[in-house]
Amino acid sequence: MTIRLAATTALALAALPAAAAEELNALLWCDHADPDFLAPFEEANDVRVNVKEYEGTGAALAILEQSQPGDWDVISIDGIDVPRAHAAGILAPLDRANLPLDAMPEAVRLMEQQEIDGELYGVTDKYGFNTISFDASRVDAAALQDMTALWSGDLGARMAVYDYYLPIIGMVALGVGIDTADISMENLPRIREALFALKDEAEQVGEVVSSQTALATGEVDVLVGGGEWITAGLSADIPTLDWIIPEQGGVFWSISMGIVAGTERPELAQAFVDYTMSPEGQAALATAECFWAMPANPAAGALLSDQEKQALRWDDQEAYLARSQLYPAPDAELDAALQDLWTEFLQR
Amino acid sequence: MRRCRTCGPSSCNADSVTAASNILERRDRRRGWVMVTPALGFAALFFVAPLVTMAVVSTWTKVGAATVRAWDLSNYAAFFARPHFVEALVNSLQITAIVTVVSVLLAYPFAWILAMRVPARWQRLAILLAILPFWTSYVVRSYAWLLVLSRGGVVNTALMGLGLIDAPLEMSATRFATVTGFVHFFVMLLTLTIYASLKQLPPNYARAAADLGAGPVRTFWHVVLPLTLPGVMVGAFLTFVLCIGDYVTPQILGGNNELVLPQVIMLQLGRRSDLPMAGALSIMLMAVVTLAYLLCARWLRDRPA
Repeated sequence: MTIRLAATTALALAALPAAAAEELNALLWCDHADPDFLAPFEEANDVRVNVKEYEGTGAALAILEQSQPGDWDVISIDGIDVPRAHAAGILAPLDRANLPLDAMPEAVRLMEQQEIDGELYGVTDKYGFNTISFDASRVDAAALQDMTALWSGDLGARMAVYDYYLPIIGMVALGVGIDTADISMENLPRIREALFALKDEAEQVGEVVSSQTALATGEVDVLVGGGEWITAGLSADIPTLDWIIPEQGGVFWSISMGIVAGTERPELAQAFVDYTMSPEGQAALATAECFWAMPANPAAGALLSDQEKQALRWDDQEAYLARSQLYPAPDAELDAALQDLWTEFLQR
Repeated sequence: MRRCRTCGPSSCNADSVTAASNILERRDRRRGWVMVTPALGFAALFFVAPLVTMAVVSTWTKVGAATVRAWDLSNYAAFFARPHFVEALVNSLQITAIVTVVSVLLAYPFAWILAMRVPARWQRLAILLAILPFWTSYVVRSYAWLLVLSRGGVVNTALMGLGLIDAPLEMSATRFATVTGFVHFFVMLLTLTIYASLKQLPPNYARAAADLGAGPVRTFWHVVLPLTLPGVMVGAFLTFVLCIGDYVTPQILGGNNELVLPQVIMLQLGRRSDLPMAGALSIMLMAVVTLAYLLCARWLRDRPA
């Protein structure tokens, strides 16, 4: 009996996964939390990556505000918000020795945002476009060429809107002829009018999963704010899903990886950033479960299949980048006004 | 026997008894405090302290990226000044009222059938089946409802298959979807509380009413229902509290087409990292819940025994 008990205990202990030597605490967007992306790094470094998923820089700042220095080691953050995070003292400088900065397209590097006083505080690891996703079997692409069709009332399609205020307000601004960099308190009423007209036409407003579900299940025909990051991962199952950048342009988004200031494991954090930017890390990130999008390091292309690259529209990126504008980067006062506007939009 | 030096035997005995009684009382009181101290400490640490902290933070203000830690009631003033905040509270109250009423109306007959009509040997199984929805993750259940109520979902497909409708009904991403998700959950909760009340009701009461000539309807209306109303009220209050503070169901099923107060609180936290405003809105929400509790407690206290 004793032998049987001892054997059972030994077997049970053997079945437990071996404890990792170290832990890395990461504040990440959902795609960066994909086990297929994290596992190779964990195995190679004998480390366990503890992930807290978030959506939107405000959420990350709220989490960090309630944390102690050293609680977090790495963070993935909107590229456009790197200066804001740096100003808040959140980011530590990166070691660029192993980062493929020279290989990355210039428009994707966003050095103006990532490099501050000669130090690099973030590195773009993934990018894409907030524009219009649609089901081509139900909506004609030609009808979406003009962005104002989204709020004119003439489209005759069921629409969902991605629930993130910056890209959608940026898109609507483009639609009414205002560059994303020129959004201000003065021209906000024009944006407001078009934005509210868009809400009147929309069936729902949802975050990443809800938006994908709505489009995939046929609940809606068009997703405002979508793009390849919504359709690429679904295209194998639903080939009629497509996306378009209208005449007025689209909004370029990017995610940057950074090290959180005060980390107690700076070498491990840097190793994670280096892995993220490696061809292996980039390929896994590009096809992550939560959403697909273009890797910033072109070397990832060697590890992606032709079908995956086709879904990502690998060869068209240069043209897309040329037709897109950066996320709006409002100051604190304008940001508060935009968020109030978005709350009104949701409540409408 | 010890002799008392300063008094006679009878008065000495009385004094001794009083003194002994006082000692015992003090010991009981001390023991009582020792027993409740862990609970009081727990409540103070995990309820009173966070609540006081939240109340204090709600009087601070967020200016740009900085939090100004000075006494200021501007967050409360902002609540009444911004129509979308008040609308969120109104939406919360409306949805909660609808959910509570619909859940009670569905749960009462269900509990009554369970308690009065299902044979005793099957009642445990029936209750087990009734609480099955609790075994599923709340988030998963909400997403499941989203698919059930969608244009191509089970309900629309069935109705169209039966020829009852020509085009799919708009059910998901509506208030109807939010209410449906809530009711599915709270009917079960209410069923359990009402079932417990019904089971505690002595069957003699119904028999006595019948002996006095009351029919089943009159017996139910004048005997069973009034005596089980406290259980209904407790269940309804639980439903009210849990429903008005819920964020997940309206977020998933409501399609962001109207915001309830917890969603607005989450927007302050998640998007603006504005803890003071989130604190002020939470205090407002808590005030509503407290008011509901006071009304419920007063009704229970004032109703005839």
